[in-house]
Amino acid sequence: MTAADVRLPQGPPTTPTEPVRRRGPSPMRRRENAAAYILITPFVVVFALFIVVPLVYSGYLSLFRDQLVGGTTFVALDNYTRALTDSSFLTGVGRMAIFLLIQVPIMLGLALVFALLLDSGVLYLQRFVRLGIFIPYAVPSVIAALMWGYLYGPDFGPAAQIAKNLHISAPPFLSQNWMLGSIMNIVSWEFIGYNMIILYAALRSIPSELFDAAAVDGAGRVRTAWSIKIPAIRPAIILTAIFSVIGSFQLFNEPNLLRTIAPNVIGIDYTPNMYAYNLAFINRDSNYAAAIAFILGVVIMVVSYSVQLSTQRKERAAR
Amino acid sequence: MSRTKITWRRQAMGLTAGMAVAALALTACSGGGSGDKATGPAAAISQADIDKAMTTPTKLTFWTWVPDIENEVKLFEAAYPAITVDVVNVGQGADHYKKMRSALQAGKGAPDVAQIEFQHVQSFALGDNLLDLTPYIPASTSADYVPWVWKQVLSTDGSKIWSIPQDSGPMGGLYRDDILKAHNIAVPTTWDEFATAAKTLHAADPNVYLTNMPGNDMGQFTAMLWQAGARPFGWDGDKQVTINVTSPEATKVAQYWQDLIQAGDVSVDPDFTDTWYQGLANGKYAGWAPTAAWAPVFLQGTAANTSGLWRAANIPQWDASGSPVSANWGGSSDAVMKSTQNPIAAAQLALWINHDPASTLMLANTQFLFPTTNATLTSKEFSDLAPEFYGGQKVNQVFADISKTVPEDFSWLPFMDYAYSAGQESVGKAIADKGDIVGALKAWQDALTTYAKQQGFTVK
Repeated sequence: MTAADVRLPQGPPTTPTEPVRRRGPSPMRRRENAAAYILITPFVVVFALFIVVPLVYSGYLSLFRDQLVGGTTFVALDNYTRALTDSSFLTGVGRMAIFLLIQVPIMLGLALVFALLLDSGVLYLQRFVRLGIFIPYAVPSVIAALMWGYLYGPDFGPAAQIAKNLHISAPPFLSQNWMLGSIMNIVSWEFIGYNMIILYAALRSIPSELFDAAAVDGAGRVRTAWSIKIPAIRPAIILTAIFSVIGSFQLFNEPNLLRTIAPNVIGIDYTPNMYAYNLAFINRDSNYAAAIAFILGVVIMVVSYSVQLSTQRKERAAR
Repeated sequence: MSRTKITWRRQAMGLTAGMAVAALALTACSGGGSGDKATGPAAAISQADIDKAMTTPTKLTFWTWVPDIENEVKLFEAAYPAITVDVVNVGQGADHYKKMRSALQAGKGAPDVAQIEFQHVQSFALGDNLLDLTPYIPASTSADYVPWVWKQVLSTDGSKIWSIPQDSGPMGGLYRDDILKAHNIAVPTTWDEFATAAKTLHAADPNVYLTNMPGNDMGQFTAMLWQAGARPFGWDGDKQVTINVTSPEATKVAQYWQDLIQAGDVSVDPDFTDTWYQGLANGKYAGWAPTAAWAPVFLQGTAANTSGLWRAANIPQWDASGSPVSANWGGSSDAVMKSTQNPIAAAQLALWINHDPASTLMLANTQFLFPTTNATLTSKEFSDLAPEFYGGQKVNQVFADISKTVPEDFSWLPFMDYAYSAGQESVGKAIADKGDIVGALKAWQDALTTYAKQQGFTVK
């Protein structure tokens, strides 16, 4: 119908030298297939053992209720209906959605800017800068949260000390209203470098003829970045976005550790993952925890898929 | 009996082989045979059986987070050379219980002997995880322990012994003598005096609080309910639980702290955090009250720079005219898991560590666990200690006297992990937010009731 359709590739060209086969693959092809199966076997085994089996098992668990008195009963989807009306769970998911909407664009935006700056070669001490931005990712999140806990500390942290010397009150980083922002800051600090490296690697693989062509057309650095580089690394950007979506909904370490210094600000249901964890180990309700984990998985899948879908649509529209 | 049990197990295992593969893949189980499980005979074990068990080479696993308990274990191993004990620290408090419950549920990898705090004993009894120690220890044992402490380790009907008490935490108060004297404030003996003192002190020096009331310590809050005469929890040993955290006594406690907190006369920092340690060391808190018998030594490590300035005192009283009443905060015991292959040796270990005079004195004086046996509590080596940190005051004697004033009739829910967690989300949050603590009691009550019903209990 449209010009785009006309330009679509017409499928693999059939070579006249090779006759069309109807009776299965050739011995050579068969040998290749066997090799492929052997090569992927370790992966499939590990994948089945550590992903598929636990998944099926927790799916199975989520259909039961195990009471402290009264034992185990089959309850079908009761745990799921309970989760959908559980304000602790829904608030947690909502909180993570806010986290996602605010933190991910900031983090990926900064990662992209840093990647473009590094790629454009305008920075001095490139290697040093690249390493410096990446290093926080190498710090285990447990250590990072402890470190930030100190930095945020209301009495002895550096911010508090400076504010004290200036006779002003320090920002209440660990208070109810600031906490989510404080966690966003920690997570951004941790993952900007990681995302930057992915984007930077993608930038390095753009064929340089494109830049030559852009230069011939008179495009400056900014124009080149906007019109050539960013569209060219769109798949990498989508990848980082999907990783970030998953990471946001799965948030656990940072809030769980900050909970030790702000136990009344971060409740047991601050994030859905924390809630599932505490349901299993404090409430001793692992069946319900399994249901929560499943629903969370579905939420992540839906959000990830819609991110992918919307970008694909944009891509198609751009074509 | 046990034979049929095993056959049944085998069949069950065959049926659920698929599941078992999954479970094995998921949990890296440590070894452990599948011999006869201890079934807890009703009759007392004869001395001959005990002697035989204690001279047979045996390896026991002991999960505890008490630092340096290896020293007491060495004494035990010296007394019984055939027994080797593997002491494992799997984490403190909540972490420890999580791992215990996982191992017990998996049916493999659980220890023979494990530390359990008083408030959690019933929850492990509910899971049928504990060995009744009655046949394994001399009948006279109970008389050797402080009565209210012994009550903490019995089944709800008093017929079974679930564990051996290790340490306790009768409640008193610790105060900075120098700060109180500087402001001419006497150590408060009643809660009324305490409130007045808190007001006076904070008005005189806005940077100082008489005490700190954390919003993350339901153990402390529950102990205050205990002292005020509230009996918020109960369990009949079967399906019925009592939940009453909104009683007049509990409301009195909540209202009292709500007034002090909202007036800004006490601080509300979470306890056992860096901020709080700093507060104890730098004089932000002129006291730690109410606190427990394990606190004096803990404080010496935390606020070493304030040596000589602290004094211990009784907990303030609600009723000045009556005889003094205290309560317990903290304290734990050692229990034998029902799954143990060596019930006799395990029971002897739990008992010996917490009963032998040399071992209990060492626990008291080097690990600073407040004693549970009458002998150690009254021994000169313990009660005559006069640490410099408290200006030469016989602090242990103060708390030993307080221990006599703890009411015996306080019991627990068989799900205190949840009870404390839900309390922190309601009452604790109200404390931290300087909000409606009395109203939060109602929220706590509702959460507990809902949970109990979900778990199949009937609620009284």
